Amino acid sequence: MAIQTETLARVAERPRRPFSLSSWADRGTVFSWLMMAPPILFILAFVGYPFCYGIWLSLESRPVAQPGTFVGLANFIKDAHDPVFWQVVRNTFVYTGIATLLKMVGGLGLALAMNQDFKLKNVIRALLLLPFIVPTVLSTVAFMWMLDPAFSVVNRVLIGLGLPKPGPSWLGSPILAMFSIIMINTWRGLPFYGISLLAGLQTVPVELYEAATIDGASGWQRFRFVTLPLLQPIILIVTLFSVIFTFADFQLVYVLTHGGPQNATNLLATYAFDIGMGSGQLGLGASVALTMLPALALLIVGITLYLRKKS
Amino acid sequence: MITGYGPIQRTVRVWLPVLFFLVVALLPFYWMAITSIKPNSELYSMRANPLLVHAPTLKHYVDLLTTTSFLLWTWNTMLVAVISTAISLVLGIMLAYPLARINFPGAGLLAISVAAVYLVPQPLLFIPLADVINRLDLGNTLTSVILTYPTMLVPFCAWLLLGYFKTVPMELEEAARIDGASRFQTMRRIFLPLCTPGFISAGIFAFTLAQNEFLYALIFLTKSTVRTVPVGVISELIKGDVFYWGQLMAAALLGSVPVAIIYSFFVEHYVSGLTSGAVKG
Repeated sequence: MAIQTETLARVAERPRRPFSLSSWADRGTVFSWLMMAPPILFILAFVGYPFCYGIWLSLESRPVAQPGTFVGLANFIKDAHDPVFWQVVRNTFVYTGIATLLKMVGGLGLALAMNQDFKLKNVIRALLLLPFIVPTVLSTVAFMWMLDPAFSVVNRVLIGLGLPKPGPSWLGSPILAMFSIIMINTWRGLPFYGISLLAGLQTVPVELYEAATIDGASGWQRFRFVTLPLLQPIILIVTLFSVIFTFADFQLVYVLTHGGPQNATNLLATYAFDIGMGSGQLGLGASVALTMLPALALLIVGITLYLRKKS
Repeated sequence: MITGYGPIQRTVRVWLPVLFFLVVALLPFYWMAITSIKPNSELYSMRANPLLVHAPTLKHYVDLLTTTSFLLWTWNTMLVAVISTAISLVLGIMLAYPLARINFPGAGLLAISVAAVYLVPQPLLFIPLADVINRLDLGNTLTSVILTYPTMLVPFCAWLLLGYFKTVPMELEEAARIDGASRFQTMRRIFLPLCTPGFISAGIFAFTLAQNEFLYALIFLTKSTVRTVPVGVISELIKGDVFYWGQLMAAALLGSVPVAIIYSFFVEHYVSGLTSGAVKG
């Protein structure tokens, strides 16, 4: 006997459950969005909105505590004609470039030094990370004291070693002040590099080194042709992170030199602060801060694309 | 490993670089500590050997704790760091869980956006945020920083947890779902208890970042009673050109101690979080 298709179809049809709120909320997409709504709204309110508002502010002449007037690109044109602005841009690039390079080379050295067998390794690793975890402002105050014009311990040691008195003025001369902030930024950021690269080093299979040694590779060749290529992805990502946060650095310079002497160490972030908060020109300050955006956007897009490829 | 070196050469090769990095990393802390226990007569004397202390004293610590608001600042800092870390962990979990465990349209794009938001540095936002805080009438309240710190901590926690959540196998949750548990029950009862190590890592990071924060606190908190340690030290212990170096160093050391203690307890979590890829440098 042939079964009629209609009967079959009727049997296969599931009885519709009555709509209930809890089963609706349990559907994957609905549950996800319900769950994510509070954090997303929070981010939109306190990151998204200020970001857009900052762009709007940069197009206004807006003295603090007064209503603003729309001035178009006038703030950016003013920046472009401001010699200090260009000095600050140059400082920011010099600072970021040299500090990143030093952290990269030093971090690699630290990672290689730590990637050997010795006692108390975990304790030493923990101690080496201290500069990175201690609040920047507080360690910077210590450096301020170490480089004090009258009582600098660095100078007293140097003079003890035979340098003429009174020794270099670390924060008083433009070039030395830039040198000092770069060295202190490196001091603080190097452990992050080193420990991240160390983790990368530890994933390199020992067999590769053994094979290279059997093939007659020297120590340098093993480093150049085995270690470095395998570390490349981690070096890249750590560098991108480091560049972003060095490029937008504020604390260290604000505390140590306030951008001086004669703007020699002023960076985009500290200059935007001077104009926006110091002289209360919110619009102009916002325009200075926004000039960081193109370079940052490039880096951020670079990182996110890279992370996407990796995942 | 194949090493063709004798024991002495080996010691030199291994320890010399390690000691070099160790000395560079710790010298400023040594200097902080030794300055904080020197009497003023030694601090500002050009004759005494600066690297040693001859007549140690706790005077600077006593002065710091009795004549300044340092203890209040410490309390403020702790309060702000703990609350903003807690908020950020909860919001971070709410963001990361669906992104890591549920397949829904747009999840990939959203995960990438979280990473992008995390990378937006504070200097890009502080001027408009200052205006927002003003309009909300939150200037000089701890609420201002408790609300704004999570702007950097939420994306950060979410990103860190996202990576962690992805490493947990799916089977337990699938079993719970088959047994009839709702998605929320599955997450709360089955999944989250498995992820405590991830929460500890994210929590310590968020806590250290909150303790370290300076820019927002500098702008929003201008009254001594609401200041955090970094801002209080910079604004009140440095008075014009007169420096109280002994007190300053005592403050720097004491301000670093809470972070260092928490860090030392969870250093393994910290390192594993650090090396999983996404930390501000």
